[in-house]
Amino acid sequence: MMARQTGIFYLTCTLIIVTSGLFFGFDCVYLAQHVTPAIPAIGGALFIFVMATLFRTSFSDPGVIPRASLDEAAELERQMEVPNAGSPGTYRPPPRTKEVVIKGQVVKLKYCFTCKLFRPPRASHCSLCDNCVDRFDHHCPWVGNCVGKRNYRYFYLFILSLSVHCIYIFACVLTNLILRAQQDNFLTAMKESPASVIEAIVCFFSVWSIVGLAGFHSYLVASELTTNEDIKGSFTARRGADSFNPYSKGSIFKNCSQVLCGPVPPSLLDRRGYVVPDSSQAHHVSGPETQKERESNSVNVRHEYYGSTTVTNQKTGNMGTNTAPDLPPPAVVTTADEMLPAGENVKKREMISYQTPDGTINNKLPPLNGRSNNHAAIHGTNPGSVYPQPYRHSDYLSGTSVLPAVKGNKSTMSRGCSTDF
Amino acid sequence: MDNMARLSSSQCTKVFLQRDFTEGTGVRFQNKFPQELEGKIDRAILERTINTVNSIYLEAESLSGRTYCESCFACMTAYIAYLCMDTHYEKCLKKVARYIEEQNKTVFVQQGLMLVDPAERGLRVFEICILTEQQNR
Repeated sequence: MMARQTGIFYLTCTLIIVTSGLFFGFDCVYLAQHVTPAIPAIGGALFIFVMATLFRTSFSDPGVIPRASLDEAAELERQMEVPNAGSPGTYRPPPRTKEVVIKGQVVKLKYCFTCKLFRPPRASHCSLCDNCVDRFDHHCPWVGNCVGKRNYRYFYLFILSLSVHCIYIFACVLTNLILRAQQDNFLTAMKESPASVIEAIVCFFSVWSIVGLAGFHSYLVASELTTNEDIKGSFTARRGADSFNPYSKGSIFKNCSQVLCGPVPPSLLDRRGYVVPDSSQAHHVSGPETQKERESNSVNVRHEYYGSTTVTNQKTGNMGTNTAPDLPPPAVVTTADEMLPAGENVKKREMISYQTPDGTINNKLPPLNGRSNNHAAIHGTNPGSVYPQPYRHSDYLSGTSVLPAVKGNKSTMSRGCSTDF
Repeated sequence: MDNMARLSSSQCTKVFLQRDFTEGTGVRFQNKFPQELEGKIDRAILERTINTVNSIYLEAESLSGRTYCESCFACMTAYIAYLCMDTHYEKCLKKVARYIEEQNKTVFVQQGLMLVDPAERGLRVFEICILTEQQNR
């Protein structure tokens, strides 16, 4: 669960639980007696399935690509800097792209300045979660998480089962009201069971968007597209007569089975690994409990605050994360081992590089980082380096990351599934 | 061996083989022989290693009847089955780890190189460390 704003997720849970609760508490009592007791049974099964898929979508790793290690980032930057050596006085190289031909289709791979890597095809950087996500579909605020390669099928099952559940409750509620109205009139029926009216209203207004969303995602699954690609029109015919989707398997059945039943890579994040600060450089050591190979990531690492970077050297005794958002001067927590670079005092760098999910880069400087450990990024100003190497790891606890206070950020909120359709 | 995977670049030179996306988004590493390794290792040996690793990843990501049944079975048990067993993909990743470790022991460390399992690097790159003399054990 990686969204910083989790309020909408609680709203989703509340709506589903309250509406279902009213259904079981009021309508089912009447309908079980007068129609059949199978009605609450089916409703119960549907409710459990909906909540299970919702939690599975929210709390599983969508396919985050861990940030590049210091050495990889240095190597890439070395390769990128050499062609740019002839432009003195500017710290801003053009955004780098690599072109790759996949099954005859030319695909551009963009360089992610935050994660310091060239994004694989279909991956995209989510600014809300501040991670590159493999097969990025969209960031769903209702679910409080990105939807990517690893949790797309659960998301799809969630909206499918939720639309069935919605229609089911609506149908049962109408049946309830009609049966009651046969004895009296309709208005009395509504007064007798006001819960039914509430449920009917909620279901009526949600069914359009949810069923619409389910239909849209069914189309995406059948054509092996992501929401991101569909919105950008990456593979539609209008881009050129020979633009086709290189990831599609050809038939609807094969696409569906690939997306819904295909193999799921394990999470590349190590949420339980401990971080041992290395004295020379920051490297991560896997915790002893990791049985699977994973990129070490510390849950203690705080997000870097994008608004400005300051150098501090406070000792952190606790392993907690900084949960304060948007503090104007951001406190960057470090261990006492790290020393301020000689002669550098606390400086503020206003300029940051910000990458929107569709890859465009705002023309600002990336934050500088002289050295880092895994508790935070220590920022130093180093006039000699054109390309600093922040080595940050995302904090994967919900709600504990700092929202980047960049004005471009608001435009990315529209990526949420609620406002896209 | 775990600590060896955490050598910093001040201790050894690192060469990275990037991902090869020409076949799609599946995990596959480029097989081009890096210049820095000229003379240190036989080209054919490295190519064979990379090809084997690529083939294991290909097997991991293939949609076979076995994967399909595994996914459906796990879905029906409400994914509790995943607590008890590894997925096919995870088994393949372990296979890659064992293969790389075995290759390191038998071939590469003697030549002064060390391969790092790509899973340690988030499946982004295939890292090869060129060991300095004091690390050659």
